[in-house]
Amino acid sequence: MTEIYAVLTIAYRDLAKLLRDPMRLVSTFILPLLFILILGGSMQMNLGDKVGYNFLPFTFTGIFAQTLFQSAAMGLISLIEDRESDFSQEIFVSPISRYTIVIGKIIGETLVALTQGFGIIVFGAIAGIPFSVFQLVSLLPVGILVCLFGASFGVIVLSNLNSQRAANQIFPFVMLPQFFLAGVFNPVRVLPWYLDILSRLSPMRYAVDFVRGVFYAGQPEYSQVILQGPLFNFGLMVVLFGVFLVVGTFLFVRGERNR
Amino acid sequence: MSAIIEVHDLVKRYRRATVNAVDGISFTVEAGEFFTLLGPNGAGKTTTISILTTTLVPTSGTAVIAGHDLRRAASSVRRNIGIIFQQPSLDFNLSAEENIRFHAVLYGLYPFRPTFLLMPRSYRQQVQELTALLEIEREMFRPVKTFSGGMRRKLEIIRSLLHRPRVLFLDEPTSGLDPASRRNVWEYLRKVRAESGTTIFLTTHQLDEAEEADTICIIDHGRIVSYGSPDEVKADLVEWYVLIDAEERDRLRAELKQLGFPFTETPLFKIDLNGRSVQQIIQAIRTPLTLVKTHVPTLEDAYLEIVRREEERTLEK
Repeated sequence: MTEIYAVLTIAYRDLAKLLRDPMRLVSTFILPLLFILILGGSMQMNLGDKVGYNFLPFTFTGIFAQTLFQSAAMGLISLIEDRESDFSQEIFVSPISRYTIVIGKIIGETLVALTQGFGIIVFGAIAGIPFSVFQLVSLLPVGILVCLFGASFGVIVLSNLNSQRAANQIFPFVMLPQFFLAGVFNPVRVLPWYLDILSRLSPMRYAVDFVRGVFYAGQPEYSQVILQGPLFNFGLMVVLFGVFLVVGTFLFVRGERNR
Repeated sequence: MSAIIEVHDLVKRYRRATVNAVDGISFTVEAGEFFTLLGPNGAGKTTTISILTTTLVPTSGTAVIAGHDLRRAASSVRRNIGIIFQQPSLDFNLSAEENIRFHAVLYGLYPFRPTFLLMPRSYRQQVQELTALLEIEREMFRPVKTFSGGMRRKLEIIRSLLHRPRVLFLDEPTSGLDPASRRNVWEYLRKVRAESGTTIFLTTHQLDEAEEADTICIIDHGRIVSYGSPDEVKADLVEWYVLIDAEERDRLRAELKQLGFPFTETPLFKIDLNGRSVQQIIQAIRTPLTLVKTHVPTLEDAYLEIVRREEERTLEK
């Protein structure tokens, strides 16, 4: 029972830290805001006719998936720095299981990411994207799945890192390329073969396509926008989630004290 | 008195390192003792304390804390120790009460509740008592960032004692604090020690803090180079000398040379006693003296001397 309370404490703490830090909260909204309102808007006005579908919801769904995936992943990766500063030091020397720490962190960072997701939906509405009830309601479970998937990706990356410096260096190599390979705001249906391979190796691609698969369900643009179809994406995400989580947590717990 | 910490032949070599950070150290700490680990930066202090607080696995050797083996029962060790880290382990944006609450839940003392008012009455009572001790009853719901450095440290100490640890590890607990806060924190620690009999394991660079310890252990290059009570450590090593000065310095210098007293000018005249008494030396000097100062060795003197000798020994190798 202690372990369950510990999970709740760790998760609650992550969310409380975000909500008590207005500056941090605002700064997490800036990038999505720029992408949806400015990039999406300008692409729609200049290129919308040529692709045949509206860029605005396309960008919106991409950013929604990317932000949730990345926020959860980076949140988990921050475990590495965490243990040397603030209350997190206490977490690591308390008698709870190391697996409890990882699970608590996954839930906490999912809540943090979902908070940002909520803001993105608001921006989408402001930008003029029409939401049906189904689309709005489905974004929650879809968002949760993307968060969990991103968190598991964070765990597997974390288990291979040794220091916060390394963690900061990996962002341009591990996260940023995925923005473009996953088709967050650029269509990746047709790619040269080498980029196509890299795109299919990017976990973010499946998260993005999954969100679009559900959002565009029943819409005329569906066949132009979707790459794999939501069932495939869902299946793959679940499998990878399991693999990343188990392997990553095992490696992290084993290596955390073996420096 | 039984031993509460038993360390035997502890060795740690970090991955990709060519030398051992900790090179076979052994020591025992009795229950209720005040034990201090000293040493220059890079000596292996942080590594040793990391191993004992279960955040690092040793390469070889054993350590038993409160009857639990470090390797096989790390979780049990954690239940019995409290740690005050060098970096503050508080969430600055969260309230003092929340920082206390999270610790209490992680150590299995109370169930989790999202707010103070929902917590069990016994918890709320305990927190009222503790915050009264620290005189922060009205501030406990304010974020920690509004607290002073000294108050934050005391909050950490009080929090670390919630689960009644047998050993309290303190890693440079007063670094960064102003003198008044430092004194305040130590008064509080003395009180805690007297009331609860907790064993204290301290590392510090403030050597005056170590003067009160029962046992001092100085490590350098991963090995113990001195061990004993503060008096024992001082007795072996510190130079005994007397400082004198005179208006007619040339005359004094000549006289000292003629008397055969070895001295150095620092710029005061420092005369090694070499077995003579201060009285013997002063009585032998005819030049009128303007200053006579006997040297009372401090732990800092002993420590610097020990470390200096160790560095010399290492260079010779």
